[in-house]
Amino acid sequence: MSLLYAQIVEVPEDIDHLFDWPDVLPLGINRVVLLMFLATAATFLFLWIPVRKPRLVPTKMQVIVESMVEFVRNGIARDIIGSESARYEWLLVPMFFWVLFLNIFEVIPFINFPVTSRMAIPAFLAVLVWFVFVFVGVKKHGLNYFKHAVILPGVPKAMLPLVILIEVITTFFVRPISLAVRLFANMVAGHIMLSVFFLTTAAYFVVSPKLIAFPLPLTFAVAITGFEMLVGVLQAFIFTLLTAVYIESSIHVEH
Amino acid sequence: MEQGAAALLGAGLAYGLAAIGPGIGVGIVVGNAVQAMVRQPEMAGQVRITMFLGIAFTEALALFGLLLFFILFGQAGA
Repeated sequence: MSLLYAQIVEVPEDIDHLFDWPDVLPLGINRVVLLMFLATAATFLFLWIPVRKPRLVPTKMQVIVESMVEFVRNGIARDIIGSESARYEWLLVPMFFWVLFLNIFEVIPFINFPVTSRMAIPAFLAVLVWFVFVFVGVKKHGLNYFKHAVILPGVPKAMLPLVILIEVITTFFVRPISLAVRLFANMVAGHIMLSVFFLTTAAYFVVSPKLIAFPLPLTFAVAITGFEMLVGVLQAFIFTLLTAVYIESSIHVEH
Repeated sequence: MEQGAAALLGAGLAYGLAAIGPGIGVGIVVGNAVQAMVRQPEMAGQVRITMFLGIAFTEALALFGLLLFFILFGQAGA
């Protein structure tokens, strides 16, 4: 147990540990996987505990959870997808909170690691989203889905080969790649920025304590921590929003 | 030029150049969104969601540049 605790709050001695985590348990379980389990448990408890006994006069946690879930259900799912949004909430709501927790680990003291900055997790989610929106389109329109998705109405015949090529690439290849890369690159960039400024502060403070320059990087580090809280929430929001947009474009593919 | 040096130069250029276009693009998106919100405050919610969508699509290009930076940076060490 103390081993797991030490792993979760580990302070990496090696700068390579920004990108390379050694295994701590068999089956290739490393710190990243442990934090993923933690986020899964946090999502489950966050969505379940406060509302397991709903009250007429809600508790504070119940209000928070309900308003956040309502934001995802109404503000994202219903506004984008429309009347059929209830059928896709099983994907959108847990995904939003899972990505949110994974992102927000970046600024939680003693964890300080955004799990989504490992490419495997955004890539897995993007592949899942790819399968979902293709499945939705095929279920709704049959194989006509692929025809509608790549042939835009009103395009001159001569231009069709070029347009079809572009549409195939953007719809079926660039969409999942950009979805994954957006989340991944944002979190990596934020993590590196935080590391650079905090390490500079530490270096100025510990290595040459006489140097009075250390408040400068410290100020930047604190400011960027605040900025990264915003980015973590915003990226979870954008990831869910784009998933909803892709599902919507599969439902209404003919225009 | 050595291969490592070329890769480092390319890494710096890749991200620097990739950031120019999206920088301007995000500026245009947000500027127009603010204008729309000021003119029609009742549409602010919808405009905001569309604005985030526009930012997300524009910003993806800059992030591809960042990814290229990491790839080329890895090449320099190898």
